[in-house]
Amino acid sequence: MSAAETLSSAVRADAPPAISLQKVNKWFGSLHVLRDVTLDVALGERVVVCGPSGSGKSTLIRCINRLEEHQEGRIVVDGIELSDDLKALDAIRREVGMVFQSFNLFPHLTILENCTLAPIWVRKMPKRQAEELAMEYLTRVRIPEQAAKYPGQLSGGQQQRVAIARALCMQPKIMLFDEPTSALDPEMIKEVLDTMVMLAGTGMTMICVTHEMGFARQVADRVVFMDRGEIVEQGVPQAIFENPQTDRLQLFLSQILRGH
Amino acid sequence: MSITAENAAKLPADAIARTAPRRLIGPLAWSRENMFANWWSTAITLALGYLLIRYAVSFVDWAFVNAIWTVPQTAAGLPDTTACREAKGSGACWAVITEKHRFILFGTYPFDEHWRPLLVCLLFIGLYVVSAMKRFWRWELALIWAAVLTLIGVLMWGGVLGLSFVPQDRWGGLPITLILSTFGLAFAFPLAILVALGRRSKLPAIKAICVLYVELIRGVPLISLLFMASVMFPLFLPEGMNIDKLLRAQVAIILFAGAYLAEVVRAGLQALPKGQYEAADALGLSYWKKTGLIILPQALRLVIPPLVNTFIGFFKDTSLVLIIGIFDLLTAGKTAIIEPMWQGFGVEVYITLALIYFMFCFAMSKYSAGLEREFNAHRNR
Repeated sequence: MSAAETLSSAVRADAPPAISLQKVNKWFGSLHVLRDVTLDVALGERVVVCGPSGSGKSTLIRCINRLEEHQEGRIVVDGIELSDDLKALDAIRREVGMVFQSFNLFPHLTILENCTLAPIWVRKMPKRQAEELAMEYLTRVRIPEQAAKYPGQLSGGQQQRVAIARALCMQPKIMLFDEPTSALDPEMIKEVLDTMVMLAGTGMTMICVTHEMGFARQVADRVVFMDRGEIVEQGVPQAIFENPQTDRLQLFLSQILRGH
Repeated sequence: MSITAENAAKLPADAIARTAPRRLIGPLAWSRENMFANWWSTAITLALGYLLIRYAVSFVDWAFVNAIWTVPQTAAGLPDTTACREAKGSGACWAVITEKHRFILFGTYPFDEHWRPLLVCLLFIGLYVVSAMKRFWRWELALIWAAVLTLIGVLMWGGVLGLSFVPQDRWGGLPITLILSTFGLAFAFPLAILVALGRRSKLPAIKAICVLYVELIRGVPLISLLFMASVMFPLFLPEGMNIDKLLRAQVAIILFAGAYLAEVVRAGLQALPKGQYEAADALGLSYWKKTGLIILPQALRLVIPPLVNTFIGFFKDTSLVLIIGIFDLLTAGKTAIIEPMWQGFGVEVYITLALIYFMFCFAMSKYSAGLEREFNAHRNR
C-alpha cells in the first residue's frame, strides 16, 4: 500500500494519553474475559482492535465508557478515572461517542431528533443551534435529505451513518466503534467505511473493533490483536499484517484472508 | 397477444361462447363466497338469519313498539304503574327510567341541587375530551386538571359561594363512579410507572419494596382491600380521627390499580432491546432523562392495548364500592328499583346502566385504537 493512500497521522505523542488502561481484568461469572489488558491510546491516535470472536474486543471498548464495569485495574479516559462516581462517568460519556453494531437508533424519534436529543438535554444547547449542528453532521455523512424520516424507513447503511452523526453531534473527543459494519449487507459496508475514513481524516481519536482489514491498513496508526481476553500483539498495520510474530496472529490472519 | 377485431374474425366457428366472469368484489360476491358457498353453508346462514331476525323483531317489539314510556300519577302524587304491570312480558317499562333517572344518575344528592352533580359529570367528560386531544398535550394541561378537579370538589361539597353544603355520604350515582375512576387512574398511573421502574432498579431496597407492594396487592381481591379500608383501617386510627369513607375507598382503588398497571408498564420496559438503554447511556443521558425521553415513550407505546384493557377493567371495578355502602352508579340503579311500585323492572334499569358503562368503555377503546395507530406510525415503512 502506498503512502499516498494512507492517511497522515495526527498522533499527539506529547500530550497525555486520551485513554489509558492499566492491568484491566474482567470476569463474566467464572469466564475471564479481560486478562491484564494494558493499553494507552494517544490523542488523535486511530487504533483498530481485531481478533477472533469471543476474544474480548467488544468488552474492552465497552469498558471504556463503562457500558461494562471492569473489576480490576484502572481505566483513565480524558484525564478522568472510571469509578462508581456517576458525575465523573457522565463527564466521560459526554466526551466519548459510541457507534454500535446494531445501530441502536431511537425508533420513536426522527433522524433529526435522534441527533439533537443529546446536545439539547446533555449539553443544554438551544434547539435551533442543535438542529443546525445536526444538519451539518448529517450533511457530512451525506444523508441530510433523510432528516425528517424515522430510522425504520432507512437502510442499514444509512442508519449506521445516522448513528455516527448522532455520536458526532455531541462533539466528542473520542469515538468508539463496536463492529460498525458487522450487521450490514456487503453493499452497504463501503458507505459506512467511507464515512469512518472521512472521520479519521479529521484527527479524531478513534478505537475501532472491526474485521475490515482494508480499513485498518488505510487509517490505523496501530492495530491491536486480541485473543482469549489478552492483547497478544500490537503494532503498525504493515508490521502486523505482513510480519506477524505469534502463531495465534498468523492463524487469525490466515482465517481472515481466506475469507477474502 | 392482443385480440383485435381482425383476430376475432379469424376464430373458428365452433369456438365456445363463454359467460362473463363472476364478480369477485362487492357485497354480493362477498356473501356468495362467505355465506352461500355450498349447501351446508347456505343452511347455516339461513338458520342463523332466521333466529337473528326473530329475536331482533321481538326485541324491537318489547323495547319500542309495546314499551310504556310514562305512567300517570295517582291521587296521592305517586306514579301509577298498573299499565307497566299489565304490559310486563310484552313491553318494556321505560317509565321507570323516566321517573327515576335523576335518582339513578345522582343518588341521594339533594334533589334541588342536582344541577351540581350534572355539571360535575359534564366537567369530567369535557376534561376527558380535552386531555384526549394531542394539541393540548402540554404541561399547562396539568394546571387545567388541577383547576377542574378543584372546581368539581367545590361543586360537590358546596359550603362556599352560596352553595349549600352537601356531605359526602349523600353523594351518589354517576359522579361517584367518575370520581373514583378518574382520581383512581390519574394517581395509579404515575404510581405504576414508578413501581415498574423500581422493580427493575439495581438498588435492592427499592426493588424489594416494589416487589412486595405488587405481590401483596395483587394477592388479595379488591373487595377484601375495600373491606380493609372501610372496616379495619379506622380501628387503627387514634380516637376522634376519622378519614372519610370515600377517600379510603379511593386510596384502596389507587393502590390496587397501581399494582396491576405497574406490571403492564414493566412488560413494556422488558420488551425494549438492551441496545436502547446502552445507546442512551453512551450519549451521557442521566437516568431520569434516559427514562423519560427514550425508555418510557417507547415502552408505553408498546403497552397501549393492555393499559387500556386495565383502565376499562378498573372503570367497571369501581362498582365494587357498593359493598362498603358507597352509592356509585350501579348501586344507585339497584336502589332505584327497591320501591314496591317499581319492583320487577330491573331489566330496564340494568340495560340503561349497561349502556352508560358501555359508552364510557367503548369511547376508551376507540380512542386507544386511534392512539395506537398514530403512535406506532414509525414502525410502518
